Amino acid sequence: MIAVPRLLQDILLITAARRPQHLALVSTDARVSYREVADYACRLAHALRARGIQRGDRVVVFMDNGWQCAAAIFGVLLAGGVFVTVNCQTKARKLAFILRDSGARALLAEPALARVFQPAVEQLPDLTVLCAGGEELPAGVEDLAAILADQPAVPPAQSAIGLDLAALVYTSGTTGHPKGVMHTHQSLLFVLDSINQYLEFSQEDRLFSILPLNFGYGLFQWLSAVRAGATLVLERSFAYPVQVFKRMQDEGVTSFASVPTIYAMMLAHDAKYPLCFPSLRVVTNAAAALPAEFIPGIRRLFPQARLYKMYGQTECIRSAYLDPALAEIKPDSVGRAIPGTELLLLDERGRSVAPGEVGILHVRGPHLMRGYWNQPEKTAEVLVPGLLAGEVLLKSGDLFRQDAEGDLYFVARNDEIIKSRGEKVSPDEVENAIYSLSAVREAAVVGVPDPVLGEAVCAFVTLRDDAQVTAQQIKRACGERLENYMVPKYVLILPELPRTLNGKLSRKLILQQYGALIAKAA
Amino acid sequence: MNIEKKIRCYILENFLFTDDESVLNNDASFLGAGLIDSTGILEIILFIEETFDLKVFDEEMLPDNLDSVDKLVAFVKRKQAAMAAAA
Repeated sequence: MIAVPRLLQDILLITAARRPQHLALVSTDARVSYREVADYACRLAHALRARGIQRGDRVVVFMDNGWQCAAAIFGVLLAGGVFVTVNCQTKARKLAFILRDSGARALLAEPALARVFQPAVEQLPDLTVLCAGGEELPAGVEDLAAILADQPAVPPAQSAIGLDLAALVYTSGTTGHPKGVMHTHQSLLFVLDSINQYLEFSQEDRLFSILPLNFGYGLFQWLSAVRAGATLVLERSFAYPVQVFKRMQDEGVTSFASVPTIYAMMLAHDAKYPLCFPSLRVVTNAAAALPAEFIPGIRRLFPQARLYKMYGQTECIRSAYLDPALAEIKPDSVGRAIPGTELLLLDERGRSVAPGEVGILHVRGPHLMRGYWNQPEKTAEVLVPGLLAGEVLLKSGDLFRQDAEGDLYFVARNDEIIKSRGEKVSPDEVENAIYSLSAVREAAVVGVPDPVLGEAVCAFVTLRDDAQVTAQQIKRACGERLENYMVPKYVLILPELPRTLNGKLSRKLILQQYGALIAKAA
Repeated sequence: MNIEKKIRCYILENFLFTDDESVLNNDASFLGAGLIDSTGILEIILFIEETFDLKVFDEEMLPDNLDSVDKLVAFVKRKQAAMAAAA
């Protein structure tokens, strides 16, 4: 039996050997034990190997937030592959981009998403497509349920080492296309143990998550549960809050992970119909800053819980957390580096800033990504020379200052990424979708403050002479190409957009001049 | 406009951004088809409350009542019948 996990999949094999009957995962359609997850993952690994998947091959997992998605991640790893999970809201064009960009050899999907993946895979004749269940599968797509029955439920021999890639996590960046963040087995195992150390998870815990598994924060709810030998209760969405609350109570969950938008919705609900979850021991926030005014309400909802405010980015998964004892004392701080890592505030030239001064956050530790997939220039911009020879630091896009005790305070982003519902929205990606309409002359996309979303996506558009396009048609063009959370909430068509003295479009300038129009559009 | 027509128009206009009737099946699950997400359901609730002058209670916010055009139509009709009976 494996004692120390050297590859990410080892955490599943270790827990399945120690606690085979323990409940690993509860989703809307199933309750599965560690034995069942491990058996499924091993069978899937053999099936992938039989279809030519080799060490280092990328396998895209395009499934809704359920147990098969969670198990498929381990199946890909056990096959020696690199998992690439894609949000199930993703549209065909973007899925096709990710399949091509990652050079995926296989796609694991489910029948409900055939409408989206079918047009994407038609362009990729060499791609192996395996679908979890379904009666009428498109031509060329194999049914996983039928294939897996014949495969052995033992792990195939492993040849990967800890330095190999385990995952490509696609994230929106300042360019028009998402970038694949390369994580190794080592970087993910390291950050996992660091997170489980400060959150103090044990095998008694029942973690509750509504976060998608394609997103670092969501993925780590599952990985934390497996590493601790705990149970993950996984929801597909927060669309029906009452159902979600009932599930939390029925399942006696002890940990709740969410983002400010969900807390805002819970607090609005609580104001009408009071809520209380006394079984919760750990409550976490990440992905966007938690407004200080939410904290008293969150305390009422979770009277027994420690509240962790956390900060991170896909490039290192997690950077900082605030000691829960300080939640009220330093409500605007995200705290300090997670265990075993270091955070440095440096200026543009890489020199330390004086205490209290604003600096660019740099992350040091074994949890950094290896870079962006196939993008050495972009990688060199963010992985900069570190303290020792051959070492790198992650230069984040965020400006912070530090208090006398070393706790960090977010000041501003160094780029124009919008954070809506805790998701990153690239203005360029939205603008590209708008430019797909030939009638559009110019588009500028910005984030505007929104009480529930954090920031709402807002598009300012000018049209070519005599062209006719409505705001609705622009939203539709976005809806066909982008995930729902990226579709602009507001679209304003203007005769002209303001320019800088150099004649460039400036999102900042547009927001200054026309921001007031958004209130009228709302 | 009848209830079904009003609901279809609203969903088409606000979530599918089109007036092409053929893209929306009345029995398609909003969540399952990825048409609508968490904040979208709240918008639908606001819409039916305003349009049909009714109140959606917390315990009624369930997929059985809200997750397709057919379910929404049936739900609005039940609510209207209950209000008529109480009046």
